[in-house]
Amino acid sequence: MAVGVRTQDLRKVYNSSPPLGAAGGFIARTDAKGKQPKAQIPALDGLSLEILPGEIFGLLGPNGAGKSTTVGVLTTRVRPTSGQAWIGKHDVWKEQALVKHLIGVVPQRPNLDFSLTAREILIFHAAYFGIGSKLRNDRADALLEKFKLTERADQMVRGFSGGMMQRLSIARAMMHDPQVLFLDEPSAGLDPQTRILLWEIIREYHQAGKTVLLTTHNMEEADALCQRLAIIDHGHGIALGTPAQLKASIPGGFLLRLRFKNQTPDLLQHLQSLPGVREARASDSTEDSTGADVYADRGGSLISEIANLAANSGSELSDVHISEPSLENLFLHHTGRSLRD
Amino acid sequence: MNWKTFGAMLARDAHVARRNAIQLFLQTFLQPLLFVFVFGRVMVSSGYMPPAYKSLLLPGIIAISMVFTGIWAVAMPLIAEFQWTREIEDRLLAPIGVGWIAIEKVIAGMLQALVAGLIVIPLAWLVLRPGVDISIHAPWTFAVIIILVATFSACGGLALGCSINQQHIGLMFGMVITPMIFFGCTYYPWSALKTFPILQKAVLINPLVYASEGLRATLVPQFPHLPIAAVLIALLFFDVLLLVAGLRQFEKKAVS
Repeated sequence: MAVGVRTQDLRKVYNSSPPLGAAGGFIARTDAKGKQPKAQIPALDGLSLEILPGEIFGLLGPNGAGKSTTVGVLTTRVRPTSGQAWIGKHDVWKEQALVKHLIGVVPQRPNLDFSLTAREILIFHAAYFGIGSKLRNDRADALLEKFKLTERADQMVRGFSGGMMQRLSIARAMMHDPQVLFLDEPSAGLDPQTRILLWEIIREYHQAGKTVLLTTHNMEEADALCQRLAIIDHGHGIALGTPAQLKASIPGGFLLRLRFKNQTPDLLQHLQSLPGVREARASDSTEDSTGADVYADRGGSLISEIANLAANSGSELSDVHISEPSLENLFLHHTGRSLRD
Repeated sequence: MNWKTFGAMLARDAHVARRNAIQLFLQTFLQPLLFVFVFGRVMVSSGYMPPAYKSLLLPGIIAISMVFTGIWAVAMPLIAEFQWTREIEDRLLAPIGVGWIAIEKVIAGMLQALVAGLIVIPLAWLVLRPGVDISIHAPWTFAVIIILVATFSACGGLALGCSINQQHIGLMFGMVITPMIFFGCTYYPWSALKTFPILQKAVLINPLVYASEGLRATLVPQFPHLPIAAVLIALLFFDVLLLVAGLRQFEKKAVS
């Protein structure tokens, strides 16, 4: 029976620096009466999510959006300031030991036990979960084989490459056959070959009826793997849906990022009136050029009209970047910022 | 409470300790044995120290070995695992309350401290003999005292390991461990401080004083020592204090 995940109005304010992997956030100051104002870092600001049993769900957002903190709260590592979180029917903060049985966690940064060999890491992990000796040995062998680690199984993990550590972390999270698998930035730092192996393994795990929650700021990964996505920024959700639904919600679909020299004040209005343009917005400016983002339902065929329009109004088109409908554009549309900012 | 998980975590620590046995052995025993050799053999046989000093020194050396081992065995892995390798996270995600993980660390540290204490007795005796006059007059009191000593060293390791930054490890040794050993009545009995009355009162905040004096009271009662009742009460007090402080710090570190 697959298990879902739910959060309701989660808030988290760090009084000190947030845990590794959840660094970032935005700094606010509270004014305590008569005391030095204390730096507080709000990481989650009323996040409510519902992840259905058996789906691959993605949390997409830039660094510091609150992704790792959300995973931390759901995996008993970060105590929320307020709000609630459930794995299946179990309240994460009231039934911790039960919840830990249901979840497997792959952290953003490898945290393998350096005093043990690869095989011992898997076997001790299973022993922590009370799995009997025969079963844990069989499972360890199978997972080592699946993750192509059999040859290095009896070596200490200290000398492993980043990719091997990541594979072993995922194998470890699967050792106790959890119902919900959390992966925090699973493909960060992986070579393309390993990334494809990882995606296959996640899909296979999902086909076995398990729920997967992954965080990423990689568009391609979110698009390829996730059935539904939540885009979060500054600790709250800004969009939710399937990748296709989300992309369809971008006005027009195409994004033309333009730069002009000597941009005139009414240029945006003129751009807006071109046929096929849904929305034109000013973007960042530098000393000698001004930017504009144009959402439209066509791409390249608009360029000559824009160039003419600029020339006629005494300005000059100096740079053009056209992107097709993507989650990156969606994020930019909602926040005015690029995911990689 | 999940005994299977608790047992598996203890098995992990035992496995790692076995793997590092030689390193642990040298780290634990080399310094006390050199000390025993220089002060107990060289200084005594050359006539700078009276022969009775051999017997006076032994309980202090046992206390140092136990306390140092207990603190080291718990504090050093915790400092590295919480701040650098983060490898303790696999146990924080095991299906057991967070406080039990700290208790497991304390038990593992206690066992190592007890083993250290029981190994250093024959080793030091071999280095010092002949002329060592020790015997266990009250075995039950001796057992209770070494268990209380092992507990405070492991709980102290928990409290230190969860409070100290990685870059302050050197400072921990310079500012905490070294003064603790030198003012721990390890190389001299507490009564020897009577010519320094203020210092004699001040060292009573050092739990190692009660460890050394307690072992002296049970192994070499012919020398002056603190009353056993005072030693037991003080050791129990430090056990509880350091355990409570250590658990609080551990939970702060484990859950942000």
